[in-house]
Amino acid sequence: MTIQFNDETFRGDYSFKNSDWAIQRFPFPFHEDSYMYSVNMEQHRGGPKGSIYEKRFDVDEHYLAEMRDRAMVLDDDPLRCQSLPHMTLAGWDLLELIMVSKSEDYPDLFELHRNGDQWRWINKPMGIDDSFTFLDAATLPYGPMEYITRQAQGDFAVLDQRDDNLWMDAGMITTQADWSLDFDIGMNFFEWHAPVPLAHEKGIFVRALKFLLNIQQGAPARRLNWTMTVNPLLDTSPENYHKWGVQKTEITPENIGSKQHLRVELQTFFRLPRSNALVFPIRCYLCNFQDLMSMPKWGRRLHRVIRDLPEELATYKGFIDNRPMMLDYLEKFDDGLPTSPGIWPEFETEPPLQK
Amino acid sequence: MSKFEFPKSILSRPVWGTLEPRRGLHHLMIADAEGAEAILDVATPEMMESAHIIFIPKGTDYAKRLRALNPAQFYDGPSYAASVTRIQRVLLGAKMSTQVYLSGTESLMGQAMLECTNAGIPHTAIQTEHRGSTARRMQCVHCKGFTEDVAIDPFVCSHCGLNLFVRDHYSRRYAAYQGVCVDAEDPGNVPPSKGIYP
Repeated sequence: MTIQFNDETFRGDYSFKNSDWAIQRFPFPFHEDSYMYSVNMEQHRGGPKGSIYEKRFDVDEHYLAEMRDRAMVLDDDPLRCQSLPHMTLAGWDLLELIMVSKSEDYPDLFELHRNGDQWRWINKPMGIDDSFTFLDAATLPYGPMEYITRQAQGDFAVLDQRDDNLWMDAGMITTQADWSLDFDIGMNFFEWHAPVPLAHEKGIFVRALKFLLNIQQGAPARRLNWTMTVNPLLDTSPENYHKWGVQKTEITPENIGSKQHLRVELQTFFRLPRSNALVFPIRCYLCNFQDLMSMPKWGRRLHRVIRDLPEELATYKGFIDNRPMMLDYLEKFDDGLPTSPGIWPEFETEPPLQK
Repeated sequence: MSKFEFPKSILSRPVWGTLEPRRGLHHLMIADAEGAEAILDVATPEMMESAHIIFIPKGTDYAKRLRALNPAQFYDGPSYAASVTRIQRVLLGAKMSTQVYLSGTESLMGQAMLECTNAGIPHTAIQTEHRGSTARRMQCVHCKGFTEDVAIDPFVCSHCGLNLFVRDHYSRRYAAYQGVCVDAEDPGNVPPSKGIYP
């Protein structure tokens, strides 16, 4: 299908919106009526047609607007994209992975022509047509990681693997859920996750690391993660928290349906061939409460999950103060009927709201 | 002086050790203030024959006692910042089998460790021992400026003036803990400052 790209913003007037198509394919992150951390990994080998799992790097209607927002973030703060000196080869690996995947998965949007190390990359939506020499950074306008991730939705953490650990040694991080690449760069897997509550005690990170260290070329994995964001703000960085934090207090019972967004990360993990690094794309999807409530199953389930979430998690995810107002809103969409297992909305088969 | 027991914390927070004599061809010892006590405790006459002590007294009077250990080289500097180029030069000439000993404040140990790791020494191979002040070197996550000797939480960023709370999240690359705006969600509502440790 041809994607109609939205002309929209993730700041200021917040004109971001999801089409019906985008709502139907939204990655609702709860497969049951409760939530706790788990190592919820599965293979990233496609998925239902049209779903966000289908392609290796999902491109949707928000592509151009997200890339514009990224460019603005980088203009304001170049430290959001950094690569330690030993990570340049991993940057080329990533460039190749994205260019090959996108040109194969979206041939109407992207083209890659390779003749030895002479490459030509065409990105039609962004109006880019560049020829360059693979592995020669002087032939690109940016370093390889920065170049390609200015053209790919989602954040990208590029992890070096050594000493039986993963090291956050490069990244393009402009849509993060409140963590700082600039502060965390160079940390190992346990260090950069150190502020996360409960999960260390549950052994989550030890098991997740073991899994990730063994990811093989051609066998990527994926999981979903989530948090809450007021307004469709992509740049919820700690750097700018003193500017956006106050928006959390602007929620009222009248505007919560349109302003409160469920923020879902599709996290994927790919082994890179030359560097043996691991790339960890973190793709952010936003959907406001009122759009989520158009799916009866999601309405029932979101209420139950938010109601029963342990206090530490609601605090860590930053919505403990707004939780009562969220529950007042969400409870209207929970009629107590059972929900079917799995994340998909099952709009055709799930009973409509009974109240 | 008794050593401060840091409360158990998150995994990015550094854990400091206790200096012990190690075999080595050369011993580089960097300390500030009460960190001198750790050197006095670990020093042996043979170690001192090939030791270079870099000491920042910060108003203490340990320098005389350190000098009396008779190290091969001794430097008494007015500030850590003043000593950095010397440390870099020493590391540039350091050979295999150099042992590094850091003691004193977290700021001194963290910054000196960064110089050592930049010179190629793994951080796990560097000995440390905390002595003296528990005040921290903090980085403001907003303006990126560093504020030294922070003993209270929250505190005012010495660069941008925001009120920051003190996290235990620590970056070896910046040798600093992270400070984050405390009143972002309710501007002006800044809780009274308390000592970082009860």
